[in-house]
Amino acid sequence: MTNKQVNKTSSSFKPLNPRKPYRPFKPLIAMSACALSMVSVSVAAQTSSMTPDLGKLMATAGVIQVEGAGGGGLVPWATITGYGTRDSYGANAHYTYVGTQDYKLASYGVAVGIADRVELSVAKQRFTGSQAPLNNLRIDQDIYGIKVKLAGDIVYDQDTWMPQIAAGMMIKRNNGIGGLGAVNNVKLLGAKDDSGIDYYLAATKLFLDQSLLINATVRATKANQMGILGFGGDKGDRYQAMLEGSVAYLLNRKWVVGAEYRMKPRNLAADNEKDYYDAFVAWFPSKNLSLTLAYVSLGDITIYNPKRQDGVYLSVQAGF
Amino acid sequence: MKTPTNTAVWLATAMVILMTALPVQAQKADDSLYRDLGGLEVLTKVVDDTLASALADVRIKDTFKDTDMKRLAKLITEQFCELSGGPCKYSGDPMKEVHQGLALNNMQFNALVEDLQAAMDKSNIPSRTQNKLLALLAPMQRTVVTK
Repeated sequence: MTNKQVNKTSSSFKPLNPRKPYRPFKPLIAMSACALSMVSVSVAAQTSSMTPDLGKLMATAGVIQVEGAGGGGLVPWATITGYGTRDSYGANAHYTYVGTQDYKLASYGVAVGIADRVELSVAKQRFTGSQAPLNNLRIDQDIYGIKVKLAGDIVYDQDTWMPQIAAGMMIKRNNGIGGLGAVNNVKLLGAKDDSGIDYYLAATKLFLDQSLLINATVRATKANQMGILGFGGDKGDRYQAMLEGSVAYLLNRKWVVGAEYRMKPRNLAADNEKDYYDAFVAWFPSKNLSLTLAYVSLGDITIYNPKRQDGVYLSVQAGF
Repeated sequence: MKTPTNTAVWLATAMVILMTALPVQAQKADDSLYRDLGGLEVLTKVVDDTLASALADVRIKDTFKDTDMKRLAKLITEQFCELSGGPCKYSGDPMKEVHQGLALNNMQFNALVEDLQAAMDKSNIPSRTQNKLLALLAPMQRTVVTK
């Protein structure tokens, strides 16, 4: 990476388009204010010390998914990250690597869970090509997430069908393309925008008597390949509802196996986008560490490379 | 199937088997968790081990300072036995009453669950069986946790 590229990345927190500087952030501010007031009420209501309580049961907070939110590997869940109960807080840092035949995706970030009610997350993604002529390809994206638990409890609601339900959003900003010469912005690949917001509603149900977890998420999105290839496109530029699902079996308190599915929109003529799948095994050696290994199938990425991209997903997460 | 007669005989046989087997199956299903847990002997040991851990657990040991631990062990054993379908009857007061004023929070509730999980591990109870019992205990959070 050249110095110029480093500078470009580090200055990426400025709004890219001065004509609509912070419009995408308005809903975030409203939701944050709402969330913070809920948190301050619950924090004020309790008087215990402010050291994290690590009070949730092992593995019941899930892991961090590829866009930085608490969930599985590809899908955000209704769980709030970290082991803090409603009287406390938790946080996690993650690094995730996805490697297919021709591409790599690295993601890292932090997520904070407050009072088992609100989750705030920030993640950076870097998508790179490893095969000529795209071996210099590099696309960066920032993702800011907020999630609020609305109802239910994943552990305690064992005598009802009520799942834990949460609403969230991911504010995404694509920071442009490197290594493709004059094509330095996803808009030049046909995307309508280089920033966008995903909105999702997630329901996560733990059937403890079956040692089975089922998650269903509906996401309204315009994002192409999660936003790596921008938002909207020549084939469509409206929000579409995408269904995402996860099934996980608890082998014991430290080992979980499962599979996921994530439906994807097809907005770009240049990208015959496919749905994502994964099959994973997650290991929780302690409440401070988890490792997730998965086999992922991401479909083919752009019409210029019609090969189905399959590979490995490895995520390490540390926190409390 | 060669002839309708064969089919009819097969169906009738299947029905007879089902009718005789189903009530037995239902009876079995009732106490299957109790038996999977290992019956009263194992439950007694699990509860004893759980409470021994709880008394050494800095997160919750103080909540037992006014508790008759022997009586508590007997009552929890009865409760687990009854919940899992065993031949016992919980003879204690309602959960809400006995936890009133303790001001327990979720972390403390889960701490006892973790001590119970460790005790069940010690008695070699498989995870899926442990989770079946925990599924029956989890909703008690609503009455036990008052803080």
